[in-house]
Amino acid sequence: MRTTVIIAQPGSAQHRPDSFDVEQVRRDFPILQRTINGKPLVYLDNAATGQKPQAVIDTISRYYAAENANIHRGVHRLSVDATAAYEGARAKVQRFMGAGRPEEIIFVRSATEAINLVAQAYARPTLEPGDEVLISTMEHHSNIVPWQIVCEQTGSVLRVVPINDAGEYMFEEYEQLLSSRTRLVAVTHVSNALGTINPVRRIIEVAHQRDIPVLVDGAQAAPHLAIDVKELDCDFYAISGHKMFGPSGIGALYGKYELLDDMPPYQGGGEMILSVSFEGTVYNHVPHKFEAGTPNIAGAIGLGATVDYLQQIGLDNIAAYEHELLVYATEALSGVPDVRLIGTAKHKAAVLSFLVGDIHPHDVGTILDMEGIAVRTGHHCAQPVMQRFGLTATARASLALYNTTAEIDALVAGVRKVRKVFG
Amino acid sequence: MSALTDLYQQLILDHNRSPRNRRKLEPADGRAEGYNPLCGDRVTVYLSLDGDVVRDIAFEGSGCAISTAAASMMTQRLKGKSVSEAKSLFEKFRRLLTDEHGVGDGGPELGKLEAFGGVRRFPARVKCATLVWHTLNAALENREDIVSTE
Ligand SMILES: Cc1ncc(COP(=O)(O)O)c(C=O)c1O
Repeated sequence: MRTTVIIAQPGSAQHRPDSFDVEQVRRDFPILQRTINGKPLVYLDNAATGQKPQAVIDTISRYYAAENANIHRGVHRLSVDATAAYEGARAKVQRFMGAGRPEEIIFVRSATEAINLVAQAYARPTLEPGDEVLISTMEHHSNIVPWQIVCEQTGSVLRVVPINDAGEYMFEEYEQLLSSRTRLVAVTHVSNALGTINPVRRIIEVAHQRDIPVLVDGAQAAPHLAIDVKELDCDFYAISGHKMFGPSGIGALYGKYELLDDMPPYQGGGEMILSVSFEGTVYNHVPHKFEAGTPNIAGAIGLGATVDYLQQIGLDNIAAYEHELLVYATEALSGVPDVRLIGTAKHKAAVLSFLVGDIHPHDVGTILDMEGIAVRTGHHCAQPVMQRFGLTATARASLALYNTTAEIDALVAGVRKVRKVFG
Repeated sequence: MSALTDLYQQLILDHNRSPRNRRKLEPADGRAEGYNPLCGDRVTVYLSLDGDVVRDIAFEGSGCAISTAAASMMTQRLKGKSVSEAKSLFEKFRRLLTDEHGVGDGGPELGKLEAFGGVRRFPARVKCATLVWHTLNAALENREDIVSTE
């Protein structure tokens, strides 16, 4: 099937992407050939983690098979090459995120670690009792708990921007919540539970008018939208490799150079120092100051291959194709009696959180699994979102570039089957 | 029987639709709360004892069909039973779900609880069925902490 995408991505009115061949894309992901319970795998749990293209798998196995060495240490050839590959990956991620310089990219374990790094190395030394950190109701636990911890450590207060019934960030309330004590704003670019795409550009603009820095949690944006940290003017931006079809155990934190340079180290160890003595230790420069110990070298190089892959397809093409899928899936699911969609924001990524009558999402998930369909069921590590809607759980289909309308048809048939089993 | 109809047997669906003994029991001799962090489901078990015998037992909370039916059928089965019978039923029930050397001989019969045998083929769902039993254990000891499936 060759799909010529004509639906423009919201916000980019003039954009008319090239053709996007989903069948070609599917051939890049070997796991999509699998069957589950005798049925072809229909993988709709992309917000939990993405599948991996062959190019990424090959890059990692080639690294271990032929190129493995520790980095920044040896004069021998393998070490020099591994160092070049690792730093080359940093430059690739820098370009992918639109950062001005490679030093602004710190390799971390995941988006979770990126946010914890900012909480502990940026917020903790600056927050004073009574200061405020402003997040939102729709944050993933990883953009809540690190702030709760640092607030507890410093006597600061966590404030929360509410969301409306559609699952949208309430901008006026946000402006009212910004106070003379607000020291940091943290917000997700795309909600993992609801799919909402937040107006991060405007959020940042308003915060910056008051000199308040902003961290954007981009874990769910990176696999689906073009990111440009310079254009956004965000102060920190966190991504996770595994969510964007790269390896797990690797992620990146973008931070503005001046901020990073001023921050104390996050962890101590090798690599993050220039010299060590018992009289005094001199820390290494950014970004190495924040990369203590031997890093996930294969992971970083794999992440480099991942962003190459995404850029070769083009994030605007991906966004446009996924928007087409979202429109199709929203209509198809809404056509099933008793199905209720949770999260109906105007600007949405291809995430469909839903309920089927009063059938528990766990039961929905089990019956869909028997059809080879993988969805997530539960609170999606966003319990405040569930509480906002008076729920404990939803079923969630989260789509990616390799999903097809035929797979959505399979999902809809599966949901009809759920209703039949529960009569 | 397909794995699915084996899991969602009519008896289980019926108890899910109209759970028995879903109410608060006050005062209670034993009370405990159980929590499944995987799905966010919570259940509270209330016990009233007459010496060593379960005089009344009830639960509150809502969860998936498996966990609701498990709570409903457990309370139904245990009313009037002794504490030691309850404990050996739990052991048999656990074995039924995990197939660890079969359910074993002797002691009280599982009876209708055998409807949960289909859960064995769904390892991700075993905890849904056992959470309420773990919570019962805690209620027997009247433990304050929240029981978790993890
Ligand atoms: C919005 C959002 N932020 C952060 C994270 C955390 O990502 P990780 O677990 O890879 O650190 C997730 C993962 O689900 C997420 O969806």
